Amino acid sequence: MSSTEVRLPGVPSHDGQRKGRGERAVVPDMDVRTYYDRPVIKPPTWKHWIAEYFFLGGLAAGSSVLGFGASRTGRRKLARRAKVSATGAIAMGAVALIVDLGRPDRFHHMLRVAKPTSPLNVGSWILGVYGPATGVAALSDLLGVMPAIGTAAETVAALTAPAVATYTAVVASDTAVPAWHEAHDMLPFVFASGAAASAGALGMLLAPAGENGPAVRMTVLGAVGEVVTMKVLERRLGELGEPYHQGKAGMLSKAALACTAAGAAIAGARGARKRGAAMLGGGLVFAGALLERFAVLEAGKQSASDPKYVVKPQRARLAARAAGEPEA
Amino acid sequence: MPGPGTAGVRDAASIAGWAEHPTRVGFFTDTTVCIGCKACEVACKEWNDVPEDGLNWLGSSYDHTGELGASTWRHVAFIEQRRPLGGQEAHQERRAAGTAAPGIPAPSERDHEHGFRWLMSSDVCKHCTAAACLDVCPTGALFRTEFGTVVVQEDVCNGCGYCVPACPFGVIDLREGDGRAWKCTLCYDRLKGGFEPACAQACPTDSIQFGELDELVARANRRVSQLHDQGVHEAYLYGADQDDGVGGFGAFFLLVDDPEVYRFPPDPVVTTRDLKSMWANAAKAAGAFAAVAVAAFVGVRS
Repeated sequence: MSSTEVRLPGVPSHDGQRKGRGERAVVPDMDVRTYYDRPVIKPPTWKHWIAEYFFLGGLAAGSSVLGFGASRTGRRKLARRAKVSATGAIAMGAVALIVDLGRPDRFHHMLRVAKPTSPLNVGSWILGVYGPATGVAALSDLLGVMPAIGTAAETVAALTAPAVATYTAVVASDTAVPAWHEAHDMLPFVFASGAAASAGALGMLLAPAGENGPAVRMTVLGAVGEVVTMKVLERRLGELGEPYHQGKAGMLSKAALACTAAGAAIAGARGARKRGAAMLGGGLVFAGALLERFAVLEAGKQSASDPKYVVKPQRARLAARAAGEPEA
Repeated sequence: MPGPGTAGVRDAASIAGWAEHPTRVGFFTDTTVCIGCKACEVACKEWNDVPEDGLNWLGSSYDHTGELGASTWRHVAFIEQRRPLGGQEAHQERRAAGTAAPGIPAPSERDHEHGFRWLMSSDVCKHCTAAACLDVCPTGALFRTEFGTVVVQEDVCNGCGYCVPACPFGVIDLREGDGRAWKCTLCYDRLKGGFEPACAQACPTDSIQFGELDELVARANRRVSQLHDQGVHEAYLYGADQDDGVGGFGAFFLLVDDPEVYRFPPDPVVTTRDLKSMWANAAKAAGAFAAVAVAAFVGVRS
């Protein structure tokens, strides 16, 4: 029953006994009571830039570990291209984050404090280490100078990359948005998989034949991981996972799944041998990972905009507590 | 851990590291005496110089404000319900006692059956003991004042918007054209000057009561007992429980229906309560990511 309806005399009541003979209800029965259907929490104000920032951070992180591995195994062209990709991606990601700010000229306030309770602050410090290291590693390789510093820098970048690939999932989860917060067990795995998949895919597109083996494998492993972890996330969320299937988020999600699955199949089957297959498979997986971040951002907005996703689980929690059940 | 205070109200300022500070203050909003005059909304806008944010007909009873936001720091909700009235109406009590004033018709049985009641409630920032907006703010713009309240420093906020989806009550928001996050300051400037907040001062029925929080909680408990005695059995306090998901509100309410009817979450939880497990999951995912990177190279020839 909605609490906000005003019933006129003669109009059937909703609560309990419906009077009259088959009169039609003016307001459809609802699972939850709301205040004029207004959202209880505010939807994120983050624009598309934030989906791009999530994606580019993952792409950079994946590229750094790919570049590091390639350096260690003597794949020099793949190493150089991956390190340059990582630098470009993280620079663009930082720009995306800054452009989304309400006061971009104050971006440096992110590093004004060190605040462990704020994942965005922690992430800014991680980027503060990772970003310069990545840039130095790429410059050293490109210019062929200071190889010792270059090696040290690419090692720092590779060591911090796993944090770069996953902290953004904590940023999203550490909110009141049901589709993000309640997914905090799986979201980091989705983001980590997407990071590996997109970086592998870019590596496939850029690496010369004969050096692209690791990129192909990273693409396939990442893509399979992305599809599987996303399915697990949606299943575990139950009703709260609906936003991932509905509306704009649902369309983005379906497109992401199609691209990632098809791309992984093509890349896995022929990516290591055929240039065309590598381009097509890599391109599809790359697009799939990007679409997935847009789907996650959109699902969060949809989830926050519908009061039922906020009220229903909280009601259930109260009922369980009243019944003496232990907290989940 | 509960701080000092007769009603067990937590000492938010001490938790935040203030060595010497005044007693924690807050609001007790008794919705049963709200008459929906919106003087609080006006006084807040006037004192705090909050810009106009839309003159709209919303079609939701007398509520043309909508909800709290960057430029709405007090919001009066209007709920119309077809429900028999409780004992909150004076003439009913007198009728029961056989002393109805002449000229005031007693409600007929039909009126009773088709009863109609207003719920009016002035919403405001809850100034949570465990405040999600403050926790997630990456710049330190949001801070805990010496009064135990939560305030945005407008010269520090860079408009990242993280506080917006973090708030379990949908209070704080980014202001269009300004880019920064804004919300109720519990009139920080007035508190410093020894004055009560503008909304509480303007409230003609004392629906909004300002004071030391432990005193307010004690007073509110007495008010609930009084209402129960008068037959309003559904009256209860929302946000006065120091063991709730946000450690108790600095601005709590007396309600007579479910919280969600007033656009309140029934069981709000500060999102950062799960931060440890979030980082633990991220660490596992980071490990899996590193494993994929290693696996990509092991035994690959080309």
